[in-house]
Amino acid sequence: MIKKFIYLEWKAFSRSASFGANVALKIIIGFLAVYFSLIFVAAGAGAFYVLKKMNLDPLLTINKFLVYYFLFDLAMRLLMQAIPVLNIRPLLTLRIQKKTIVHFSLGKTALSFFNIIHAFFFLPFTIVLLLEGYDILGVIFWHLAIIGLIYINNYLNILLSNIDKLFVIFLGIIAILGGLQYYDLFDITNYTVLFFDGLYAIKGLFLIPVLVLIGLYYVTFNYFKSNLYLDAGLSNKHDIAKTENLTWLNQFGTLGTFLKNDIKLIKRNKRSKMTIMMSILFLFYGFLFFSGGVKSYNSPVMHIFAGIFVSGGFLFTFGQFVPSWDSSYYQLMMTQNIPYKGYITSKWWLIVIATIVSTIIASFYLYFGWQVYLTIVVGAIYNIGVNSHLVLLGGAFTKTPIDLTSTSGAFGDKKAFNVNAMLLTLPKLLLPVGLYWIGFSLGNPNIGLALVALAGVIGFIFRDKVFILIEKRYKIEKYKTISAYKQKS
Amino acid sequence: MIQVNQLSKTYNGTTVLKIENLEIPKGQSFGLVGNNGAGKTTFFSLLLDLIQPSTGNIINNNIQVNNDEGWKTFTGSFLDESFLIGYLTPEEYFYFVGDLRKQNKADVDALLSKHEEFFNGEILKNKKYLRDLSKGNQKKVGIIATLIGSPEVIVLDEPFANLDPTTVSRLKKIIKELADNPNVTVLVSSHDLQHTVEVCDRIVALNKGEIVKDIQTSKETLQELEAFFAV
Repeated sequence: MIKKFIYLEWKAFSRSASFGANVALKIIIGFLAVYFSLIFVAAGAGAFYVLKKMNLDPLLTINKFLVYYFLFDLAMRLLMQAIPVLNIRPLLTLRIQKKTIVHFSLGKTALSFFNIIHAFFFLPFTIVLLLEGYDILGVIFWHLAIIGLIYINNYLNILLSNIDKLFVIFLGIIAILGGLQYYDLFDITNYTVLFFDGLYAIKGLFLIPVLVLIGLYYVTFNYFKSNLYLDAGLSNKHDIAKTENLTWLNQFGTLGTFLKNDIKLIKRNKRSKMTIMMSILFLFYGFLFFSGGVKSYNSPVMHIFAGIFVSGGFLFTFGQFVPSWDSSYYQLMMTQNIPYKGYITSKWWLIVIATIVSTIIASFYLYFGWQVYLTIVVGAIYNIGVNSHLVLLGGAFTKTPIDLTSTSGAFGDKKAFNVNAMLLTLPKLLLPVGLYWIGFSLGNPNIGLALVALAGVIGFIFRDKVFILIEKRYKIEKYKTISAYKQKS
Repeated sequence: MIQVNQLSKTYNGTTVLKIENLEIPKGQSFGLVGNNGAGKTTFFSLLLDLIQPSTGNIINNNIQVNNDEGWKTFTGSFLDESFLIGYLTPEEYFYFVGDLRKQNKADVDALLSKHEEFFNGEILKNKKYLRDLSKGNQKKVGIIATLIGSPEVIVLDEPFANLDPTTVSRLKKIIKELADNPNVTVLVSSHDLQHTVEVCDRIVALNKGEIVKDIQTSKETLQELEAFFAV
């Protein structure tokens, strides 16, 4: 039986859409995978020595922060790790025992990327601990306990059945705990460190996570088995729909028609909701640059780079996938009397509104001085004037259908590797940095800012010209786009 | 109304559709029948300029469809679920299509209330997004959306598939009504010979991309077609 399952899994893997991509792409993805594994391995091995250099006890320090590590891990899993239910359906009526199916499905999640990734950090770290003369038995028990905790997260995620809202709650918990700790009000790590350190110091304590894991597996198994019906655990979740007319948008004519649709698109689909999340992440990205936390980032030229990103999160994550957002019903769009201009303008306004809102929220950067906020405002002007056009133009070249209902692919779609789109990213970031650098070399950072803002204003003047260009591109690529969108992954 | 000239479509050397000449006069209700792979959907996709012809062209009301988009203003069509916007409720979808065809909310509401019987209480005010409706109910939405804005040419691919018996007979009534209007040209494709014979004035049978029968509907049509497809 197991052999048959492995056969199915292999087919599913080797024929998956991401694997069918072209060779160049596979090589790039391969490189990226190796690169990130190496970073993790280096971080695992290097963490010990870095911490030691800082006169901290490496194991103790890691133990102190493990509580955040696991909370964050759980939050990410809730958001991204899918439970393999759909591919179970065809097995139900075949001659296979239910418990075999459940064991297989649960066992399969054990091999998930979300579990394996931790090994890249903890294995090297453990090996270094052993080499550095830590108590062998203690280290091994500690490592076993960590594996146990990782798998506890794995099965907790299944039990909580991917409830998206919990993700926000967990992030909230992390933020609150972090905040309390930062302001010295309450430090949870003082308590949790006792437990995590105990895993090393007290022989036998590691049995607790291991036993909890075994218990949890048993609970998950029973839960899954009793819900192995099409209308129970294997059903698709249906949202309760509410008709929204958004009539206040009617005053904008065709533009309003598209805006209404786009707002619903973003509100009601998992994949597009992620763009909002990403914009928020980008909003805080500037901290790395402006707080002086990372030394090499704290130069004026890097600041304008960050200024572009702070307000550009939505622009980059949403804009570059226009028109793919509408891929699932693109045939409808092409048979309706649709003015392309209204369609593009609607997306453009969305980007502009998001950029302005991000800029206003980003006013907390005033804390670092008005110069910093001015940089962000100038970045926003450039985003609206130049980058908004460039992402829409880049989108016209990209033809990967988007599955609105799944969150996977939100981070680094393979489309990002489209050559035309790649070439267009250069002016998005390098041009403002270059302009700023010129102004800066002339002696005054404000001249640099003025130059970047000027570029934005000039770009804005050419808006209609760019829209005509995009429209032409859409028309040229029409048939190719339709046939590409028909090929669902 | 619709004129097909030397039309063909070839994929990697395989010809999937080849129609020398075909004319569909205004007001006709035109039925396209054939087995899987006969080229029915390919023909409709060409008519709607969703794919490019390898040779020849289609002229819809004096407009060559692959050169000029003017046909969109008077043509309504529904090929499959990819014409539906999954994250909208049926009402929102109707209003969206209505907006694109310059119909206000009252126009759309009037059309919807006219077809309330067809919806059978399963579509409107049901708190469901289109993506969560059953295949049959999705089809109902798609078909009625086609009628918004009173188009002169209506293209329906396999409208009878996935529908329950009651809805099928109601749909036949709707199509017959449209066919009775001398200004409306209806094009319907189907596997089901009987349904097609019932609603269409003229039936064309495709086989492997070529026209093999072209008959005005009469009492004997069904027998003739059944004899042809029986092997």
